[in-house]
Amino acid sequence: MTAPTTSSGDIDAGIPPESPAARDARWGRPRTPMSLLGPRGASPWVGRLVFVAAVVLLFAGPELIADPTRLRQWAEYLCYAMIAVGVDLAWGYGGMLVLGQGVFFGLGAYAMGMHLSLEQTGPGQLPQFMSLYSDYSELPLLWRPFEHLWFAAAAAVVVPVLVAAALGWLVFRRRIRGPYFAILTQATALVFWLLLVGQLQLTAGTNGLTNFSEIFGRSKYEPGTNEFLYYLAAGGLLVVVVLASQLVRSRYGRLLIATRDGEDRVRFLGYDPAVTKTVAFAVAAGMAGLAGALVAPIIGIVAPNQFAVLPSIIMIVWVAVGGRGTIIGALLGALAVSYLKTRVSETRPDDWQYFQGLLFVVVIAYVPGGLVGVARGSWLRGRRLLGSRGQRGDVSPPRPTRGTTEVTA
Amino acid sequence: MKTTRPRRGLMALFLLLAMFAAACGDNNDNSTATGGGEEPAGGEAADAPDGDTIKVGILHSLSGTMSISEVAVHDAELLAIEEINEAGGVLGKQLEPVIEDGASDWPTFAEKAEKLLTVDDVAVVFGGWTSASRKAMLPVFEGLDGLLFYPVQYEGLEASPNIFYTGATTNQQIIPALDYMVEQGMTDVYLVGSDYVFPRTANKIIKAYAEEHGLNVLGEDYLPLGETATATVVSKVMDAQPDVVFNTLNGDTNVAFFKELAAKGNTPDQIQTISVSVAEEEVGGIGVDNIEGHLVAWDYFQTTDTPENEEFVAAFKAKYGEDRVTADPIEAAYVGVHLWAMAVEEAGTTDVDAVREAAKGLAFDAPEGPVTVSDWNQHISKTARIGVVNAEGLIDEVWNSGEPIEPDPCLEKYDWAVGLAQGECDAAKEAA
Repeated sequence: MTAPTTSSGDIDAGIPPESPAARDARWGRPRTPMSLLGPRGASPWVGRLVFVAAVVLLFAGPELIADPTRLRQWAEYLCYAMIAVGVDLAWGYGGMLVLGQGVFFGLGAYAMGMHLSLEQTGPGQLPQFMSLYSDYSELPLLWRPFEHLWFAAAAAVVVPVLVAAALGWLVFRRRIRGPYFAILTQATALVFWLLLVGQLQLTAGTNGLTNFSEIFGRSKYEPGTNEFLYYLAAGGLLVVVVLASQLVRSRYGRLLIATRDGEDRVRFLGYDPAVTKTVAFAVAAGMAGLAGALVAPIIGIVAPNQFAVLPSIIMIVWVAVGGRGTIIGALLGALAVSYLKTRVSETRPDDWQYFQGLLFVVVIAYVPGGLVGVARGSWLRGRRLLGSRGQRGDVSPPRPTRGTTEVTA
Repeated sequence: MKTTRPRRGLMALFLLLAMFAAACGDNNDNSTATGGGEEPAGGEAADAPDGDTIKVGILHSLSGTMSISEVAVHDAELLAIEEINEAGGVLGKQLEPVIEDGASDWPTFAEKAEKLLTVDDVAVVFGGWTSASRKAMLPVFEGLDGLLFYPVQYEGLEASPNIFYTGATTNQQIIPALDYMVEQGMTDVYLVGSDYVFPRTANKIIKAYAEEHGLNVLGEDYLPLGETATATVVSKVMDAQPDVVFNTLNGDTNVAFFKELAAKGNTPDQIQTISVSVAEEEVGGIGVDNIEGHLVAWDYFQTTDTPENEEFVAAFKAKYGEDRVTADPIEAAYVGVHLWAMAVEEAGTTDVDAVREAAKGLAFDAPEGPVTVSDWNQHISKTARIGVVNAEGLIDEVWNSGEPIEPDPCLEKYDWAVGLAQGECDAAKEAA
């Protein structure tokens, strides 16, 4: 956020209230959310087609993947993609390096996990871990409302949003940013983990909430449950992607990008960057919360380790690998990294982590634009080779995100 | 914009692709002997059981905090599989291990267990160490009706029909240790443990026992897993001056705890300790000087004097190196593989129900001495042993229960333990 300008320097002066003509001159044709999916400079129809094809592909998942276990894994990856889109909103578009998204993911997962734990026992009974390991003789107050699915589902999104909004407002109003903000979010993840582990009687400690054999009235292992969960995740991801692309394209989105590239200038123009950033941070938290609520039944266990510091850093890696500052990039990054993690750990159980580490190093060092950056580069060069008549001198200015993967961003 | 960047990116991408091709290509040469040689299982579950091999899953943490303990257990299982294969396999078929990494992460354990049971269609899984990983895998094995052999002593109060417990339950380790303390006249006890389910439950049982047998519990402290700042707790222990510290700390915290205790000038004659999660492997990390003369409670030591153990230790060292030690969970894992193979031979099939039935009452001369599988709770009878850490870092036995103790996971034979279990064993009882 300390003005992560590109090598080309000063392209980001005073963006917000731009006339449509000036905006087009700078950014090319206004992009619809759908055309954001297509390569830059392509006809909006390309984007629309890609979008429709992607949605069809997404919902055809159960047709394409016959094995129920593999399908369940893909449902899980889709949840990770939701988190990644949120991270991208905050980091890619808003310049806030969020190293503690695990907290919001965890809040959502625990909200749903508590409901699922109660679903396993009869009404008024304690979850198994509580009767074994705690002194409670009746359900603690904190747990009671989670007997209702609607409450758990709402809390899974609302609680992360409120927590992020409160945290963001406090932090951004005091103009804490850059590495300080990053460290603060990371510390939040650590505190959250300690809290979960320490409150053994309420949260089951390191063991976490487990043994969800009944899920929303159906058995976890009956045929069709994994399909059902997959559709839930696919629907959730669609909502998240549409919301994010609308947001990014809106006037608010431009303000967010402007804040990322020149917070002080935005402030001089009369906007309050604290509000802008808080909104993005809270929306990202809500997306992580939703992912958490969906991942709890999919994985079948909610444990503190999933929400600690390391998983929160991996969330950043998803976005970096896919391509920061593009929604499709964040989404593909999460899917690709999660899929590779599963596959490589299966084929090389002894040393898969080295491969994963190498992947991260190579991407950060040599492919700062991520998968999308590579694709975009090839597209542009391909057009040049074909002697295409680009509308405006062809190469649009690179998004300010390129080449600025430094931590300061 | 110069054109160098995209080209560099493209090159890096090629590099990556090559890397993953290398990573995934490895499984083409399908060596059955050890790790790595594993089917890619191209997304379809329908791999028909190979004519002459039986797939068995091995699921331990090969990375992360728990790998320090679990890698040795995984080694012991591979040793047992190798022995069985050399002796002609099971039902005339060779065993083919499919190895997965639980990565010290409980959800990963659950996921990999599911993958092993469905995608690889393994006959049995040997896996887990922490209670948390077992609790995470339990619903998967019950839901998909698989079979898990779990090799570590644990807190009891569980009897799943889909799990065989080859480590000790509380009445084979903790209660004998308490009996030994009473016998030795140690009446003032201080409880120190890691903050998770095993120590909490163990201490709940110890306090119930203490009330019945007139022991005084002077204090009870918990440290988070992985904590190394132990000075405060050690000071509290030194101030309380108990006869004995009952130690249920796990992992690295033990190292810091024993170092601090020694640094404060304590010797085993002043305040003795009795540990239930410190075995030969951990003694090396703690440092013999810091723990020599302290007590540990297990069912097996490397020094246990049986002909089977002599062979087992020799085979383990021959395969993995002279500097390696064996310990209770390592032995229990080795025993688990052999018990399963015997049950399959007996049943004539790897079918879960048939194996479960055939395993009842199965007896085996294990390195720890004779063991027998319970006919209703799938634990095994074991001889409890108390030992003292010697100057070489090995453990000398000072007491044993004389005969194998019947497993009693829900502590039904003890009047003072009423109310600790909440019917966890009822289902298993009914089924039997």
